[in-house]
Amino acid sequence: MSGYTLHPQVGLRAERFGALAYHYGNRRLTFLNDEALLAVVRSPLLRDDVDTALTDAGVPADRHGAYRIALSRLADAEVLVACD
Amino acid sequence: MRVTERLATGLDAPICLTWELTYGCNLACVHCLSSSGRRDPRELSTAELFAVVDELAAMQVFYVNIGGGEPTLRPDFWDLLDYCVSSKVGVKFSTNGSRITPDAARRIAASDYVDVQISIDGADAATNDAVRGEGSFDVATTAMQRLADAGMKDFKISVVVTRDNVAQLDDFLALARRFDAQLRLTRLRPSGRGADVWDRLHPTAQQQRDLYQWLLDRPDVLTGDSFFHLSALGEALPGLNLCGAGRVVCLIDPVGDVYACPFVLHEQFKAGNVRDGGGFTSVWRSSELFASLREPDSAGACASCGSYDACRGGCMAAKFFTGLPLDGPDPECVHGHGEAALLAATARPDSGPGHSHRKPVFVPLTLPKVRT
Repeated sequence: MSGYTLHPQVGLRAERFGALAYHYGNRRLTFLNDEALLAVVRSPLLRDDVDTALTDAGVPADRHGAYRIALSRLADAEVLVACD
Repeated sequence: MRVTERLATGLDAPICLTWELTYGCNLACVHCLSSSGRRDPRELSTAELFAVVDELAAMQVFYVNIGGGEPTLRPDFWDLLDYCVSSKVGVKFSTNGSRITPDAARRIAASDYVDVQISIDGADAATNDAVRGEGSFDVATTAMQRLADAGMKDFKISVVVTRDNVAQLDDFLALARRFDAQLRLTRLRPSGRGADVWDRLHPTAQQQRDLYQWLLDRPDVLTGDSFFHLSALGEALPGLNLCGAGRVVCLIDPVGDVYACPFVLHEQFKAGNVRDGGGFTSVWRSSELFASLREPDSAGACASCGSYDACRGGCMAAKFFTGLPLDGPDPECVHGHGEAALLAATARPDSGPGHSHRKPVFVPLTLPKVRT
């Protein structure tokens, strides 16, 4: 199972509501509106396997689907890059 | 809680910080927000500028909008740019283009962390130069050509929308496409010298409705969230649609004073100075002014209006400098409530002496050589 890494041109800043992600290439700002999502994005496990990273960040199994969608949206926004 | 509500209560650091490096300028635009012209002897030293960058890096401010005055007139401008980039603080700077030599253009194009915005206020020389000064259109378009020649993609062409140039929106867009640039439109504010020309130059009610439709049809045109008061006309324009003053934005002026936003350089909206003990960080996190701006807004006279949720009462600076109460309609309220309020507004606040040139300014058509 493949995972994601943070795009090398993205800066991540924790905020009370989750985090802000800023892409220095396309200069777009993205909101991560959830602390667990931030923990997943920062997890070194995310590179190899999404489910492992989600479980490790304390996301219950029945919520993995929603977080998978959020991660793929972050990939669409070029905050994350998919790893093969 | 919606994101915008969370943002309204403030962030640990600004999303977007405007940093004016100097009050010196080789132009004398009639609507200058900071009444720039002459340098101020109290402007921050190079060491003080670098110390601010260190703070911004520690606060993880992603990027700063550098302006002035004309920021490139500072001899340490390019050194500061390099220091920002090496500190991972991105830069977008605003310039009239007069110091964008071919070398400077190549230097800007070479860095992903540097973006540039060239200001014009007319799509032809006659319209532009009436606002920005004789020769300034040629200077700006020469800079645009140099950036395009250097391979700089998506630099910004920044236009303040006025009664006189609002008919040229399509021409501005064509100009931006010609240079592979992005068009950015912002709102004319009655701040600085803008107070002197606002009555004459701010778009009419019909022009505002046309502008709203034009922007809705072109979501790729950038606005810096400038026109959120127009969202009262219906569908919201792209952007956060809230007044970010002291919540997500602020301004550092050339002498280190920190204001709530770039449009309110007035004692009443000064939060502190970066030279104070705790530096910029402490001003952002502890100033009483910013704490009060992060309180929920009072709709005041707008409470009974069905559009309040869309426009949030509009722009604080526009109200303040036209003598309107801050908890009432924007002077350009699309329902006409502002026009009515202006009939009985209080005396407009004094913008102070500013740093305007004492004599007329002429833009040299031959661009000076600069170290790059």
